Amino acid sequence: MTNFLKVVAFSLLVISGFWGFSNFGIPQIKPADPPVEEKVDLGAMTMEQFIALGKKNYDGKGTCTLCHNSLGRAPMLDKIGTVSAERLKDARYKGTAKTVEEYLMESLVKPSAFVVSGFGKAGTNDTESPMPDVTGGGIGFNEVETKAVIAYLQDSSGSEVTVEIPKMAPPTEGAAKAEEAPLTTPDAVVTKYGCGGCHKIAGQTGEMGPDLTKIGATRNKEYLRQAMLDPDAVVAKGFNAGMMPKNYGEQMKAKELEMLLNYMAGLKK
Amino acid sequence: MLTQNIRNFCGAFVLAMAAMFMLSAFAPEANASEPTAATSAAAAPATATAPAAAAAAPANPAAPAAKAVVFPPAPKLTASDYPTIPGVNSRVAIWLVAQLHLWFGAFVVAVPMFVFIIEVIGMATRDERYDNMAYEFIKVSITAYSLTAILGGLLAFCMILFYPDLFKYMALIFKGSMWAYALLFFAESAVLYMYYYGWHWLQGGNRKWVHLTLGLLLNAVGLQLMFLANAWTTFMMSPAAVDAAGVFNGDTWAAIHNFLWNPINIHRVVANVAYGGSVVGAYAAFKFLSAQKKEERAHYDWMGYNANFIAIAALLPLPFAGYYLTAEMYAYSQQMGITLMGGVFAWIFIIQAVLIGALFLSANYYLWCGMGRSEGAYRYNPRIKYIAFVLVIAFLVWFTPHTLVLTNSELKDLGGPYHKYLGVLGIMPAKNTAVNYLLVFTFLSFMFYRRANKIATVSWASAGNAAQIALFTAGLINITILGVYHGYFTNTVYKVAASVPQVLTTLVIIIISVVIDAFMYKGAKDVAPLHWGRMPPRSQYALFLLAVSFTWLMGLMGYVRSGIRQHWHISNIFRDGSPDAFTPGLGYVASVVSVGTIMFMAMVIFVFWLSTISGRHVVAKGYWKEQQA
Repeated sequence: MTNFLKVVAFSLLVISGFWGFSNFGIPQIKPADPPVEEKVDLGAMTMEQFIALGKKNYDGKGTCTLCHNSLGRAPMLDKIGTVSAERLKDARYKGTAKTVEEYLMESLVKPSAFVVSGFGKAGTNDTESPMPDVTGGGIGFNEVETKAVIAYLQDSSGSEVTVEIPKMAPPTEGAAKAEEAPLTTPDAVVTKYGCGGCHKIAGQTGEMGPDLTKIGATRNKEYLRQAMLDPDAVVAKGFNAGMMPKNYGEQMKAKELEMLLNYMAGLKK
Repeated sequence: MLTQNIRNFCGAFVLAMAAMFMLSAFAPEANASEPTAATSAAAAPATATAPAAAAAAPANPAAPAAKAVVFPPAPKLTASDYPTIPGVNSRVAIWLVAQLHLWFGAFVVAVPMFVFIIEVIGMATRDERYDNMAYEFIKVSITAYSLTAILGGLLAFCMILFYPDLFKYMALIFKGSMWAYALLFFAESAVLYMYYYGWHWLQGGNRKWVHLTLGLLLNAVGLQLMFLANAWTTFMMSPAAVDAAGVFNGDTWAAIHNFLWNPINIHRVVANVAYGGSVVGAYAAFKFLSAQKKEERAHYDWMGYNANFIAIAALLPLPFAGYYLTAEMYAYSQQMGITLMGGVFAWIFIIQAVLIGALFLSANYYLWCGMGRSEGAYRYNPRIKYIAFVLVIAFLVWFTPHTLVLTNSELKDLGGPYHKYLGVLGIMPAKNTAVNYLLVFTFLSFMFYRRANKIATVSWASAGNAAQIALFTAGLINITILGVYHGYFTNTVYKVAASVPQVLTTLVIIIISVVIDAFMYKGAKDVAPLHWGRMPPRSQYALFLLAVSFTWLMGLMGYVRSGIRQHWHISNIFRDGSPDAFTPGLGYVASVVSVGTIMFMAMVIFVFWLSTISGRHVVAKGYWKEQQA
């Protein structure tokens, strides 16, 4: 019996050691939440906001920076606006694009149309790209998100932004089904309506709007209700009117709105 | 007589192999009339450009429409599509049940493999101790087999209960192989029971050959079961014969033979053997510690040694199988590969390094303690400290992280996310080099152990030793140069290119050394009879450390394999719409794995206890009515 207890104690000690190391010996990184297709009000969107949307998708949902970084896994895109024109004339180019914008679109959905030397799949002699189609399942960009990324790439590489903001957003897949029942947690509401794109709230880190992590300490629920339903009635100091969508009153269910207001009013510490 | 035996053996072998290869012909029968045109293209990740409806249409217009099975697209689920039970977290429940099933499954698939080999060794050497040991191993696994089946049933139950849409989608595609699985399960049970209960009946002459044949069949059926289950898992990672909407357009074989199926099969076969060895090693260690008699202690010491040998023998090629699997994941999807090794999962590999370091150090420590059984070990003991030093250094290099997660002020102090000196050790080529050192020096420990009680009698012993020293030296220099060159003088794309030649170098060292040793120690003199049982009790804790570390490691890597799908039930085609679709943090993962390990250990102790009481016989005097003669 003594041996049995010793062995059990030893095993528990070993397990505790591994558990402790995993919890306290390495940094605890919170993986990003699954990407959601955000509702965007294209009618009220400026080109700056559209480019910001592109950057957000480039860094987030698109996971582009996994490969397009300084580690050399994929070509850097800091001069993509200027090199695109040269690639269209390259003998190895197999696509049908005529303009830089078309080339960028083609690169995103048919990446093998032109493969930068040294970055092709092993054994294909740079004829096949390892990059996935960004509109495919793994990334799943819709038309708005794809165009926004192109706008961001053009802007960030210092070339003229030729992309036009699409007239209206494509329907969200499964939206009808999702709307059957109101969401049940404030985090889910924040995620679904994309509040974190502009605000710091519920672990999200947007910077275009006011920080809401302690908003309950200075603003009451009624103020917040007005800010949600009529955002330009009172604009926070340091921020511009017209930035926040005005249609949350139509988009959100009453239960979701109340839950979010209660949540924000409780953010005091 | 011998010819007859060989004929029986060959017949059984052919039968087992035929059964294995018939699977592919048998399984697609359920939907043989389905179109297969898109099969070849389906190994690559699905693209959005293929129209779902077109892909679902029959490729051969002449085929009778009534026979064609049109598969539905992958459903798009929301949280309300997942049944819940108050107070039960469905993901954690299914996670634990699946992991427990896998631990037991790995054990019961592995044990018959080395039981078969030990039985063959016993037959060839006519040493009954091997036969007894093989029997004791299989005895331990027999109760574990029932638990595996129960947990498998519970897993299926949880799938249907908590993830009905996913189960339905998978069952539509794999219905043929699921049916085959059920039939094979009956075959596995029948063969296992005949093999175990017929052990003492099928002894000697032709009977022993029949028993051995049963062992071979048991392994063939067991592996087929595992390969089938692997296909379901790997289909979820690298779906085949599906279009972007998740419409299945191939046959069952195409779904089974998906991109990651074989890499996982190879990795799991090797890992299972190592794992099975470590668990029976723990059993032997416990029996050793509890033994009252000297003979009993000697027997379980011998059993523990063999179990540790099995674990190490399989542990040595395991990293290579792991690299192959990872390389294939990269080849399947660069995005998946980078997320695995350079994204949110990267820190798991630091934990993995600690665990594998624990495995290697405990296995080596056990070997060093085992040298105490020999009178001739004093010749090698002084060198052990150098091996220990290299193993610790290799472990520390492997354990060094590349990118550090720091606050802004820490970043400023450090001058970047990489440590000035240690940062260079965090990259893969450095880690690959360290792993190969770990393997080579573990092999060296084993060589010393094998030689400890022997004196070579061949005239060229000195030249043989010199050749081996030259081989080790040249090999280690080659491993180092490859690591340094590819690690620090090439760009990122080529940094892992050193891994294959490094692995080959290690294998060359091991294989040539074994060959030289085999000839050099042929007819060697024993220094003195080995003192089985002359082991300090602390050595047995190395075997427990091996088993616990292995269990925890399997739990962690099981999470990685599954978690790499992130928010997808089936990569890129069937999205997880449940509230648990998020990827958990590592602390949370460690907690679930720890709870699972404790549950598994408790169940294993129960299994060991059952195998112990089955041999006990109490005479209850005066309890039974005396019978009149």
